[in-house]
Amino acid sequence: MKTDTARLLTGAEAAAHAMRQVDPDVVPIYPITPQTPIVQTFSKLVADGRARSAIINVESEHSAMSVAIGSAASGARTMTATASQGLALMIENIYIAASMRLPIVLAIGNRALSGPINIHCDHSDAMLARDSGAVQIFVENAQEAYDFMIVASRLSDHRDVMLPVMVCQDGFTITHTAEPVQLLEDDEVPAFVGEYSIPYPLLDQSQVTTQGPFDMPDYYFEHKRAQADAMDGVVPATSEILDAFRRLTGRSYDILEAYRLEDAERVVVVLGSAAGTAKEVADELRDKGEKVGVLKLRLFRPFPDSELFGALLGARSVAVLDRAMSFGSFGPLYTEVCRALYGSGIRIQNYTYGLGGRDLYPEHVRTAFAELAEEPLGSKAAPSMRYLGVRE
Amino acid sequence: MPTIKTLALNESKEKRFLGGHALCQGCGIPIVVRTVLNSIETPVVVVNATGCLEVATTRFPNSAWSVPWLHVAFENAAAAASGVEAAFRALQKRGTLPQDEPVTIVAFGGDGGTYDIGLQALSGALERGHRFLYVCYDNQAYMNTGIQRSSATPFGANTTTSPAGEVSFGKAQQRKDLTAIVAAHHIHYVGQSSISHWHDLSEKVRRAVAVDGPSFLNVLSTCQLGWRHAPRDTVSIARMAVESRFWPLYEIVDGYYRLTHEPTGAVRVDEWLRTQGRFSHLFEEGNDHLLAEIRRQVDDDWFRLLRRCREDASFFGEGQNLSNGSGRARGVIALND
Repeated sequence: MKTDTARLLTGAEAAAHAMRQVDPDVVPIYPITPQTPIVQTFSKLVADGRARSAIINVESEHSAMSVAIGSAASGARTMTATASQGLALMIENIYIAASMRLPIVLAIGNRALSGPINIHCDHSDAMLARDSGAVQIFVENAQEAYDFMIVASRLSDHRDVMLPVMVCQDGFTITHTAEPVQLLEDDEVPAFVGEYSIPYPLLDQSQVTTQGPFDMPDYYFEHKRAQADAMDGVVPATSEILDAFRRLTGRSYDILEAYRLEDAERVVVVLGSAAGTAKEVADELRDKGEKVGVLKLRLFRPFPDSELFGALLGARSVAVLDRAMSFGSFGPLYTEVCRALYGSGIRIQNYTYGLGGRDLYPEHVRTAFAELAEEPLGSKAAPSMRYLGVRE
Repeated sequence: MPTIKTLALNESKEKRFLGGHALCQGCGIPIVVRTVLNSIETPVVVVNATGCLEVATTRFPNSAWSVPWLHVAFENAAAAASGVEAAFRALQKRGTLPQDEPVTIVAFGGDGGTYDIGLQALSGALERGHRFLYVCYDNQAYMNTGIQRSSATPFGANTTTSPAGEVSFGKAQQRKDLTAIVAAHHIHYVGQSSISHWHDLSEKVRRAVAVDGPSFLNVLSTCQLGWRHAPRDTVSIARMAVESRFWPLYEIVDGYYRLTHEPTGAVRVDEWLRTQGRFSHLFEEGNDHLLAEIRRQVDDDWFRLLRRCREDASFFGEGQNLSNGSGRARGVIALND
């Protein structure tokens, strides 16, 4: 492994540097709703001749994703970035891109959805896309933001996958916070990611294709069923790519991070930057002799059922921290964890935290661990939502 | 100059749009598609907005297209075409695609997908300057989904969402002038044509695709179902729209207007309206003022266009003939055949 010394980069800049090194053919961008520093950092890198990508400045995120579909279908490696309302505006096309099995990498700076309008961090935007058919990866810090943009680039056009991949980093908490980030050498990244290739590029005149046709009830179901198989390919492909990434960089990642789970009785499950706070609290409680741990998921779509089940098998109770709401139901992460742990007898409590950029403090995580300890096991009480850090 | 033989020869060499599709008997859209594709000498890639053409030609597992064809959604054909063009240029630049094999990118959309829901994506693509031809087949309503009014629907037309009734006379608003909106993007070539004038359409396609940048054609296409006329009258009713000055044929080259067909004036607009069931209620007693309003709109538009064309005549040089090479058009390459 050759890496240059760590550089001080925000998560947004780290993602932009990964894009520079991957050097995609086409990058359609819309800067606003809300503005993200990822596209402007990348634009400057291109303007300085440090990447050859064609930047297409479109008039909306809907068009950004439409251009991305046209470009990726044509046979060009394509990336874009967005957040919040911009992701909401893209949604229609994210579903279409996934159904057309188009490998488009999206850098997402997770932020709240309107209304009220708010530009700060939560996961409402990503959760809006959870059923789109796109792969969703959540990262904890700027280093992971950089690393997983590179991993996603190799994953998206992996023959067993061929799907859009969203690399979700928390808005502001990661996108705007500078941390030391180890970059790979410029020549190592294209070699790791490989040449972009899809089996049926639209521009291939020797192999003419009709792409995006009309399905009646006699075929639609089969096509959606086949899309489910593409998702099934993601976990093995990701594991294989993370293995290669570890050999290249020495940085060892798994599709989930089991932190001090060996003999843990109480576990907090989280996505994204909150994992840092949760691990800090776990260390503190471990020092006091409490058997606690943290499970951080990197893949949310597909949801890593068996890996999660295996990691939590020894736990007695679990607190699932959601940074998005599903009104009329429970948190999106909680409902997934309940499903994956169904029949295990593990008690599972849902907490909502951090909406619209509200900070998660260590005391909130301490509260969750403490409440898990207080409640009797096997309680038949109906599940209820608890909120961390909200004024009632 | 293209002749019908040129088009037939091109089609015999490479049949780009095949039969067996599900477009209605008497539909004007295949005339648009075949005339456009047979007038282009290079290989093509077609991008299609959701609509009659897309639905009726690509029902899986069948396809009427023997050229590369892409459909994404209703409102984004121009943006998807931008992506294809950007990819084509990027791959050529990097040497993945050969430098010397040109491709013409053509987007087709109906009036709903162009005047209404797709207008933003179209405007963005035109402003960015992608090299592609956008062809709007304008049949003046959302015909695929059951004849709902669009902003291309003419004043007074009876549609399922602007129905004529006891207290309504059909669509109460004048249609949008999309051709002028497109021209306001300062693109090199904009044309308005009709399925009734294949020669005019073919000429305009050849000029449009010669432009290094975006070009646009607004082509009147009748819909026997929505306009309510016999399928056999498709072409003659489109011709009457042109001859009555309801749908003038003209082009806008670098912002300069030129009439490409002088209507005979032999057809009055009332006569054209009378050919279609969608206007039949206008001929009921007490509706003369509505017919008068339509005549006023058509006259206003026509004389404004005529003034514009007269003002701009000198730009096109002797005889207003682009093909003699005397025009000063910057973006348009003069055609010498």
